[in-house]
Amino acid sequence: MRAFSKILSAIRQYPTVAGSLFIILALIGISVYAMIAIPISEAIILWRGADQVWSDTPRYAQPAWTNIFRSEKLPETFVLRMDDVEGTTETLGEAMWRETTILTFEYKYSRFPAELNFFFDVEYDTREPQVTITWISPDGTERRLFRGSVRKGQRYPISQDTKLSRDFGVLPQVGLLADPETLGGDAEPEVMTGEYGLRIETLTFEEGSSVGGRFIVYGDVYGIAGTDHLRRDLAIGLLWGTPIALMFGLLATIGTTVLGFIIAAFGTWYGGWVDAAIQRITEVNLMLPFLPILIMVGTFYSRSLWVMLAVIIALSIFTAAIKAYRAMFLQVKNSPYIEAARAYGASNTRIIFRYLIPKIIPVLIPNFVLGIPQFVFLEASLSVLGLGDPTLPTWGKILTNAYQGGALYRGYYYWVLEPAVLLIITGLSFSMLGFALDRVFNPRLRGI
Amino acid sequence: MAERPAGTPGETPETSGKSGLTRTLVKFARYTAMRGIALLATVAIGVYISVWIANMGGYVDKLRKAQIQEAVGIQFRGPQYRDMTPSERRILMNDQMQREIERLGLDKPFIGRSFGYLANALTLSLGRTERMTSDTGSKQVRAVLLERLPTTLVLFGTANLITFFGSLFISMFLSRRYGSLLDRASVALAPMSAAPPWFYGIFLILIFASLAGILPYGGMLDAPPPETTLGYMLSVLKHMLLPLLAWTLATIPIAVYARRTFFLIHSSEDYVELAKAKGLRSNTIERRYILRPTLPTIITQFALTLVFAWQGAIITETVFQWPGLGRLLWQAIGLFEVPVIIGSVVIFAYLLALSVFLLDILYALIDPRVKLGAEGRS
Repeated sequence: MRAFSKILSAIRQYPTVAGSLFIILALIGISVYAMIAIPISEAIILWRGADQVWSDTPRYAQPAWTNIFRSEKLPETFVLRMDDVEGTTETLGEAMWRETTILTFEYKYSRFPAELNFFFDVEYDTREPQVTITWISPDGTERRLFRGSVRKGQRYPISQDTKLSRDFGVLPQVGLLADPETLGGDAEPEVMTGEYGLRIETLTFEEGSSVGGRFIVYGDVYGIAGTDHLRRDLAIGLLWGTPIALMFGLLATIGTTVLGFIIAAFGTWYGGWVDAAIQRITEVNLMLPFLPILIMVGTFYSRSLWVMLAVIIALSIFTAAIKAYRAMFLQVKNSPYIEAARAYGASNTRIIFRYLIPKIIPVLIPNFVLGIPQFVFLEASLSVLGLGDPTLPTWGKILTNAYQGGALYRGYYYWVLEPAVLLIITGLSFSMLGFALDRVFNPRLRGI
Repeated sequence: MAERPAGTPGETPETSGKSGLTRTLVKFARYTAMRGIALLATVAIGVYISVWIANMGGYVDKLRKAQIQEAVGIQFRGPQYRDMTPSERRILMNDQMQREIERLGLDKPFIGRSFGYLANALTLSLGRTERMTSDTGSKQVRAVLLERLPTTLVLFGTANLITFFGSLFISMFLSRRYGSLLDRASVALAPMSAAPPWFYGIFLILIFASLAGILPYGGMLDAPPPETTLGYMLSVLKHMLLPLLAWTLATIPIAVYARRTFFLIHSSEDYVELAKAKGLRSNTIERRYILRPTLPTIITQFALTLVFAWQGAIITETVFQWPGLGRLLWQAIGLFEVPVIIGSVVIFAYLLALSVFLLDILYALIDPRVKLGAEGRS
């Protein structure tokens, strides 16, 4: 206990320790939150992004909070649902009903939205309902966008309507929201701000048949982290990347340091051929091209995070560290208290685990902390090479997607910076803590 | 280290004369040869393990059998077989395939063949690529690999030299100014090395290529390549700047920290204190009393960092689109080019061994114990 408080007071001399401990605790907190808020199975489904999970989010949207720093706000994304608005229904005849719904929204941005989309949600047995959609501009002009029968799961991608873009000479979302006087000339079209409307008239031909739907105005900002090329909300990837990064770093470090430590202890204690074998294996292992072998395993066998982790641990046990441990154990091996233990008849394993290893553990702790960021970055490195786990969202994969998606060329800096900043914060906090601990536990370094 | 130079017990080194020099030379040559053999043996073991991994539990055999089948199939499409009935042709084809499989030894267990593969891998005779070609149009794996070797050597040779000498001079300088603001700043900067070079590369590309637009995003040459030799070199240099800077940012802080600590510990040794008391110039003390005895250890440390350096090259090249071995390997992964992937592993193993070998020779030149043939190496 006294030793512990002595270490604590020694640590207190380093202000960076408090800072890095705080960050590490925050990261652990985020991990716990991520695991509770979004179960892993759900996170994987969301990240795979199949079945139009991300139909309501824009592509390449910046984080919404960036608007605070902008004088000219970027348009936000909003969804208008037919279910939220009371429509008027009239019976036209036997088995024929007409329902009229008007969706209205206020558009106040000076930039045009990125996309417009309409998703239908229809119910019918055999006869498909008829739908007519009319666009109402703030100045009262109306334009029919769509008329036809609607099948289940159908959508009307307004932004891809070639007839509209032919009529306007510009993209549909620009033409629909532009001030008509600025259209057609050489000047840039300008937004007509005001209240827009969308009148949806439906004809249903069956009892119980209904038409619902949602109209989406995709903006240029979304959520707290923005979105990527597949419309995925980056917040989910970044959030879930935290526990994965920490777990990967921690497990890999525990595996390599603890195993290496125990093996070195056994080697030094027994000496002879055991020690020689460990030495030779280490020499061969140092010559093995670590990353190319990982790449081979990733290409030929499996890219699962667990397989990678196992291979990384297997390849990182017999490295330079084991030689350093050996040198330390050799010093301790001949100390009097070990001799005393031997004299009272302690078994080999007892001496190794109760006397030899505990003596060196202080040296192990800084190494341990310094190892974590290395493995966190190794996971990111593997992702850069395209060997990231195919299902899990990780920071490295987001960074790679961004890099390969040309985020640096096309100006989507948020996409690169968010995972990069998280990586560097994690790396720096662990390694600053490790360096401080190194000075506390290695008296030779104290004061240097 | 693997092999120790064998010294005859009781032998005292000659202090002067020609025989002393020859004896030193012989010992030096013996040491170098032993190290060379030991390193080659380790490379062979490493590559042999890689051959087993790359065999993927028999997958490669299946792949090769499929190749044979295809080749035989093409062979039997010729006009001279048109008159045969399909069943006759099939018997003939199977026969031919069987012979081919036997010729290549694919019917024998893998362990026997693995040594043949090892020999092939070590000499880089890995046959032809499946899809990739070298810039000169060759489909030989060896040509594809060797073509990319010089570009990697240029970039990472320079980068490692900068790291080695840069960290040595900076740490010397800092240990002289122990406790100054610069010194404390260098200690505070040491954690920067937690991030690998490619990570800084992305930031540097963002700053210098995307935002400032003064340096290229990547690649090795302007398009079109300059015609004069000077212009060519300048163009390469311009493209090298960002990768070198990224490499330096990631490797120098930790190297400086480690060497500085090392120098500081050594500068409190008694013989250094004695030299100071004798009134020697601080330059001489640094060179002869601090740097000289610590240099062997520093070189050993550097050899260990080099081991990781060659592998860091793979991703750094990918990020900067530097047309070297690393990027080749990355492309090979994308195309599932098995021969090129295995070839890259072999080349990287050779690079590792070669750099360790060169440093070993340097070590022998510097460490007097090696010259004397004493059993001093740990």
